[in-house]
Amino acid sequence: MLSISEHVDDAPAVKTIRFDESMVAAPGQFVMVWVPGVDEFPMSVSYAGERFGFTYQILGDGTKALSAKRTREILGVRGPYGHGFSIRGKRLLMVAGGLGMAPIAPFVEQAVEHKASVDLVIGAKSAANLLFEKRAVAAGARVHIATDDGTKGVKGFASDLAEALVKKEKFDAVYTCGPEPMIVKVLGIASARGIPVQASLERLMKCGIGICDSCAIDGRHVCRDGPVFSDNDLRSLTDLGRAKLDASGRKVHI
Amino acid sequence: MSHLAVEICGLRLKNPTILAAGILDETGPSMRAVAEAGAGAIVTKSVGREPRAGHGNPSVVELSFGLINAMGLPNPGIKEYAGEVREAKRSGVPVIGSVFAGTEDELADLASLMEKAGADAVELNLSCPHAKGYGAEIGSTPELVELICRKAKKATSVPVMAKLTPNTSDIASLAKAAEKGGADAIVAINTLKAMAISPEAGLPVLANRFGGLSGPAVRPVGVRCVYEIFEAVKIPIVGVGGVASGRDALEYIMAGASAVQIGTGVWMDGPEVFGRVSRDLLKFMEANGYETVRDMVGVAHHGRT
Repeated sequence: MLSISEHVDDAPAVKTIRFDESMVAAPGQFVMVWVPGVDEFPMSVSYAGERFGFTYQILGDGTKALSAKRTREILGVRGPYGHGFSIRGKRLLMVAGGLGMAPIAPFVEQAVEHKASVDLVIGAKSAANLLFEKRAVAAGARVHIATDDGTKGVKGFASDLAEALVKKEKFDAVYTCGPEPMIVKVLGIASARGIPVQASLERLMKCGIGICDSCAIDGRHVCRDGPVFSDNDLRSLTDLGRAKLDASGRKVHI
Repeated sequence: MSHLAVEICGLRLKNPTILAAGILDETGPSMRAVAEAGAGAIVTKSVGREPRAGHGNPSVVELSFGLINAMGLPNPGIKEYAGEVREAKRSGVPVIGSVFAGTEDELADLASLMEKAGADAVELNLSCPHAKGYGAEIGSTPELVELICRKAKKATSVPVMAKLTPNTSDIASLAKAAEKGGADAIVAINTLKAMAISPEAGLPVLANRFGGLSGPAVRPVGVRCVYEIFEAVKIPIVGVGGVASGRDALEYIMAGASAVQIGTGVWMDGPEVFGRVSRDLLKFMEANGYETVRDMVGVAHHGRT
């Protein structure tokens, strides 16, 4: 059990919790966070290393209870789990939609530290929902913004903005996390030009350790084989952008 | 030349390692992936009549010596799951359909539906320790075990295997009851009913409070159960509980198991555990002059009167 050292608002209904402890985690890896007596869920590590932390959206009763936790209250944390992003080349394009920025933000920092040049597209509903924009700018990324309502940056989809960038410049690799339709589009855009892609996927997850099959997608497992998959894997996933499992294991359309 | 092929109540397995129920088997493609990784047969998720979400999270607790889980029998219901069985069958290895229910008639009905879905055999879940009204709650008395096996046998033409609970004072009498009821094989053991408490939270960790302990910690219990069952029945036994190496499998086989199931070992080593256990086994057999797995079954009983 860990004691919360910091709990802050990042955007409407989006908060970050940090701890005094450190955790060695690759950007894109996740932890299972237990709110005692309430629920346990997978969370992307948004701050790795010293004073590690995760960023979450308030979506249901569990995250609502989490959002009420104050500094010095305790949470169970197990992990980190899964495979994260890995740096491939010197000219990198990252595309984050909504809360997808949570694992991308530490990856921007890591890539810049490793002397890569990073173009980052952040997509959000509105200017107020943009996550970790300042953090990415401070890290040294060239940040491009798309909002659904045009309150900041280009009005439209992050994927369209990413396509424009890919047409204009040459990238060694593309990284993406966010809504699955966006991931599918980004995969298509990069694949059409032969650029390698890594994408972080999300599925309902129970055990987090590769046994229960609840996060299965075409025989692969988001918790153990992912959450970050690379392009060959992504292209082989017939359920990507189409179907996911509910809590009972029934396939439902996305 | 040693070889790993085994036959258990008519099922032919290329090797004696079987995926245990509840592990990577909610979907057909996952079961195929496990078969491709080397499993000799697959047991499906335990399936009931209706879709069931299972217990909330936390549903697993990781320990240095095993796992406690309380998944709570999540499954999409037999109607929807039939497609997953068909998909798993494409792997080419035998598929054993696990079923659970609250009554003997419903269980017999599910066994028959599992056969219709294409399962090569049926495993009756008489032993889940963490789902109210199911599993061990109907599988803890010899009378009920016998009745359930008899009804399931009547409802199906494929082999019926009874998976028994170790949470009893006398597992051998449950096995005898299953044999008397017509079961074709015994599977032992399911998890040991268990609990983990977080001192800081002052609460049990699992959302369901109780769960089932699996992994290395339960292996000596499982081996002892198989040893006792071997002396009590004539039908074949499938050993399960903490198998992650060839030596682990050998303990079960020498106690009397004709094959082993692996579940928690998948957590420790990934699906590759099946191939590794098989290779270890073959190496041991070659080094020790055993031609078939069958030659090793129950050897730990020899020399006793």
